[in-house]
Amino acid sequence: MWTIAKREIGSYFKSPIAYVLIGLFVLLISIFFWPRLQASRGDFITILGDMGFFLIFIVPILTMRTLAEDRKNGTEVLLMTSPTSLYKIVVGKFIGAYTVFLVITGISLIYPLIIVIMGGVFTIQLTGGYIGFLLLGAAFIAIGILASAVTENQIIAAIISFVALIVMWVADTLATTVGGIVGVILEWISLISRYQVFTKGILGLAEVVYLLSFTIVILFLTVRIIERRRWVQG
Amino acid sequence: MIEIINLTKKYGQVVAVNNINFTVKKGEIVGFLGPNGAGKSTTMNIITGYLPSTAGTVKVDGYDILTQPKEVKRRIGYLPEAPPLYRDMTVTEYLRFVSSLKGVTKGKQQGQMADIMELVGLTDHRKRLIDNLSKGYRQRVGLAQALVGNPEVLILDEPTVGLDPKQIIEIRRVIKALAQERTIILSSHILPEVSAICERVVIINNGVIAAEDTPSRLSEDINQFLKLTMIILGDQEKIVKTIKTIDGVNYIEASVKTGDNAYKYVVESDIDVREQVFYKLAKAGCPILESKPSTMTLEDIFINVVTQGTEVS
Repeated sequence: MWTIAKREIGSYFKSPIAYVLIGLFVLLISIFFWPRLQASRGDFITILGDMGFFLIFIVPILTMRTLAEDRKNGTEVLLMTSPTSLYKIVVGKFIGAYTVFLVITGISLIYPLIIVIMGGVFTIQLTGGYIGFLLLGAAFIAIGILASAVTENQIIAAIISFVALIVMWVADTLATTVGGIVGVILEWISLISRYQVFTKGILGLAEVVYLLSFTIVILFLTVRIIERRRWVQG
Repeated sequence: MIEIINLTKKYGQVVAVNNINFTVKKGEIVGFLGPNGAGKSTTMNIITGYLPSTAGTVKVDGYDILTQPKEVKRRIGYLPEAPPLYRDMTVTEYLRFVSSLKGVTKGKQQGQMADIMELVGLTDHRKRLIDNLSKGYRQRVGLAQALVGNPEVLILDEPTVGLDPKQIIEIRRVIKALAQERTIILSSHILPEVSAICERVVIINNGVIAAEDTPSRLSEDINQFLKLTMIILGDQEKIVKTIKTIDGVNYIEASVKTGDNAYKYVVESDIDVREQVFYKLAKAGCPILESKPSTMTLEDIFINVVTQGTEVS
């Protein structure tokens, strides 16, 4: 598991992907952060809400290659025929992508730091918000990895996870418009409504459990999908 | 060591492997021969646990691939048709990754990797990026990967495909050296390769085993003197006429001119006519400059085996 995670991390930082994503993320935050800084408003927590939205663009690029690339290059054979389990492979891939996400999150801490330097405080709400952000990232990355398991084309994997994330992002709004059973389902998969609780500064146990179980279930599904594909085709 | 019992694999409606049975004894080196799409790779993918079978069992060292996959996978080194390489790694990085993946302990890794790289001739390339290596060297990295963890069984899917003649000879030498203490199954569609390395050959076609024997006995099956290639000096018309009078000859064809007044002929017959041809041509004053039985190709053996099979059924 750690072997695979280690290789993934090495691979991210050997290719331009990690750097491009970090650059993109910093650029996006800066664009949103600058007006607030000028207006001398120290509420980074609202930006944390925007950062969740940026993840919709970042995560598909981060995760598109995880499983699709192995299938395309034939390295899947090596992983599958080595004495390790499919669970360890998938979790290893997850840890790899999540580490890059952690680096990105770490870099985003520069902005609250600027606020602190300029006389603001790193509020307890912000700490809670960051915990929420880390959990949201985990759920998003799990979805990205699932998308990467269904195809050997990286671009298609990215598009699938992008669409899935967008749907989850608007699910909350849609749910109220649609109503009924569909509305209930949409509300149920709405990651964002859970995340918003965090960005309001509340550390809700239900939300923490929800996001964690969501991640675990999606990773479990990923394993089942790969397993099923082995049996069905070749 | 390896037992394959009633193995069947279907892709949807297509039957890739149809109820095949064979066993490989410990220390044996078996060639798996057949045209493209015969089911060689599918069978190998099932033995190594990459694909599940539709029906039937595969046992390696007594362990069933379906119920105890880890035990089986620990004992097998697999070189698939396309070597499973991470091109963004150097040779050493890659082999270290494979070592930890296969659970080789940290203390043993360094020494084992050095031995393997020495054996397959990669020592000088160990710091190169796999992406920058030539096809032949990538194939060697693929072979090195299969050797990591010192597995008792090696499954090699077309190990010499795409290599130049010098590399092919070298890789064969390596495989032969490995064979001394390991059980090896190797697939190929080139007969000389299999006969050069393997003790036993399994011919597979359309997902069924068409024949199974030692390479020499497989070639004996066919009377190779029924088709002769000769170079004969003298008048072409006269020679053709002379040979046609011999009992049993049913085809003669003059082809390339190989020298002054000398032509190459192909003679096909129902019985061995070499003696007759010699005396008749000597009488006619047309010396035979060269005569050889047509070389056996996989196609010949193969077609023979397959047509024999259909005649029986």
